[in-house]
Amino acid sequence: MRTLFYILQKEFIQIFRNKSMLPIIFVMPLVQMLVLVFAATNELRQVDLAIVDFDHSVSSREMVAGIKGNPFFKVRQNPENTTDAENLLIGNKIDLALVIPRYFDKDLKTNKHADVQVLVDAVNGNAAQLSLGYLSTVIGSYSASVLNSGVKPVFRPMKTVDIKPTYWFNPELNYKYYMAPGILVVLITVVGMLLGGMNLVREKELGTIEQINVTPLKKWQFIAGKLLPFLVIGLFDLGFGLLVARLAFNIPIRGSLLLLFSLASIYLVLVLSWGLFISTISDTQQQATFVAFFSLIVFIMMSGLFTPVESMPDWAQKLDFINPLYYFVKIMRSVLLKGSNFADIFNEFAALSVFAASLFGLAIFRYRKTS
Amino acid sequence: MIEVKDLHKQYGDIVALDKISLSVGKGELFGLIGPDGAGKTSLMRILMSLLLPNGGKATMSGLDVVADYKKIRLITGYMPGRFSLYPDLTVEENLKFFATVFGTTIEENYYLIKDIYQQIEPFKTRRAGKLSGGMKQKLALSCALIHKPEILILDEPTTGVDAVSRKEFWEMLKRLNNMGITILVSTPYMDEASLCDRIALIQQGSLMSVATPKEMTGSFPEDLWAVRTRKIYDTSKFLEKLPSVISVNSFGQVLHLVTQKGRHTSGSVQKFLSDQGELEISVTPMEATIEDVFILLMNHHNHRQ
Repeated sequence: MRTLFYILQKEFIQIFRNKSMLPIIFVMPLVQMLVLVFAATNELRQVDLAIVDFDHSVSSREMVAGIKGNPFFKVRQNPENTTDAENLLIGNKIDLALVIPRYFDKDLKTNKHADVQVLVDAVNGNAAQLSLGYLSTVIGSYSASVLNSGVKPVFRPMKTVDIKPTYWFNPELNYKYYMAPGILVVLITVVGMLLGGMNLVREKELGTIEQINVTPLKKWQFIAGKLLPFLVIGLFDLGFGLLVARLAFNIPIRGSLLLLFSLASIYLVLVLSWGLFISTISDTQQQATFVAFFSLIVFIMMSGLFTPVESMPDWAQKLDFINPLYYFVKIMRSVLLKGSNFADIFNEFAALSVFAASLFGLAIFRYRKTS
Repeated sequence: MIEVKDLHKQYGDIVALDKISLSVGKGELFGLIGPDGAGKTSLMRILMSLLLPNGGKATMSGLDVVADYKKIRLITGYMPGRFSLYPDLTVEENLKFFATVFGTTIEENYYLIKDIYQQIEPFKTRRAGKLSGGMKQKLALSCALIHKPEILILDEPTTGVDAVSRKEFWEMLKRLNNMGITILVSTPYMDEASLCDRIALIQQGSLMSVATPKEMTGSFPEDLWAVRTRKIYDTSKFLEKLPSVISVNSFGQVLHLVTQKGRHTSGSVQKFLSDQGELEISVTPMEATIEDVFILLMNHHNHRQ
């Protein structure tokens, strides 16, 4: 026990003597929470568009006024013809062009039907869909008002089914509530995998492992010395990040914090073991960083953090079965937003525990004193 | 104390140790002398249980280096060739750390390291990475000694250390040796060989000779001449054509000329050179140094291959 205490003391001394360590511990959570949460949004702030109005009628002007009145849309130009609008689109000046054909007004009044054309820059498919969606809503509400005002009394209002959704756990669909817990997962994963993992391989680079290996120090003592300090730092960063998220975005904390931190500890053991395992199979920090970084990217992209897992192909969903991030993102969101209790997330807990235990075993097994 | 029998180590196709056998007695200061890549480090790492041999057997104090590696680590102190202490811990923290992992304290074995540690004690709050080469060496030696080992294994401890520190370091080794610690030390410097009780000359994974430094230099089988000249290069070119010549090597400003036993006198060598037009030259017989022995053995060794 005395030996373990000294090893931990030594590790902490080294961690805090490392000049880049304190900024990493404090600045990283702040940057991730205050910058990334905003950056990782699916909402559109502003759509730049051009409107080509061939009709110049009362109806077309009314519709354009409706679009201009919407805060999302910024009408940049009113080109005279479609070619100019297309060029604006190609030149990245606008995201979207609306073309109102001649006889729009006449068609609307006589045929009860009129067409408009929308050209969308779909380089970013996500944004294209969203902006088109917004524009459709605006045009839709205009056509509804036309119908309701009864341009011609002959017209009978359509029968429609109205959907009145209620969004549970996040009634305003505040994406920050949804993103912040996920970003927190990324935060502690990076802390665990990169900081924790690099530590062992650094001893290899310095050659100090050679001196350690000839001591009677036991494997588990050495590994514990590499693991525990970063477990503490990871939990601290989770708490710190949660506090920032609470203060900055007022994210709800509906579940038990004790439960959250207990599960986070298991998760950190898993991530740290993974980092240590990478360390044991690498010779330099550069190699280890590369492997850690690569696995991190794969895990993050597949975790359901940015894109819903449900929309991934079947095989990808099955692969997520072995993605620790997938489980922990789910746990974080459930506990924070839903207030899930232990029974609700038992499956995720079980999966994480099994992975943590096996990876920890693997890391100890792979760390050999003799080559 | 250290018994090595037919020890073999190979890295792929490269043979690092070619079935070598060696015996180091209790209380000996034993030197492994050889150039880089001769196999010195491989041998030491096998003895320290850091490397598994491909064949053969090695024991230290009767303990097998493979089977009893845990016990071996308790009775041996090791100083790797590369400085392997924590550069971000202070002198004192490093020493304390290694004392603790060996389950002892600095106080308990202080008498053993006192002479060495006192020299670096004024800098005990300095980070180990900021020490000079000589001081790093002293700290590493202190750390290797702190658990009172019976056997000390030092891998090129004086490489990259200045001449004064090297001398001091060997004096320290002598003192430790006098306290009864068996020491196995490797070095590429031939001049350090004469400071050992016994030495082994090692080359390409084989031991060429094992003897005391005196025996080794005393039993030099050929004639050796010191040739002083102002034109080292030209003279050595002429000497290579001397009948019965074995080798000509330059040692600073002096040429060491080896000729077959009894074939020349200083007069005959001098005459050979003056016939070539080399006049301002002195040729005197000399005692062999370890380096002369090494070069001669190395030539034999290479010829046999």
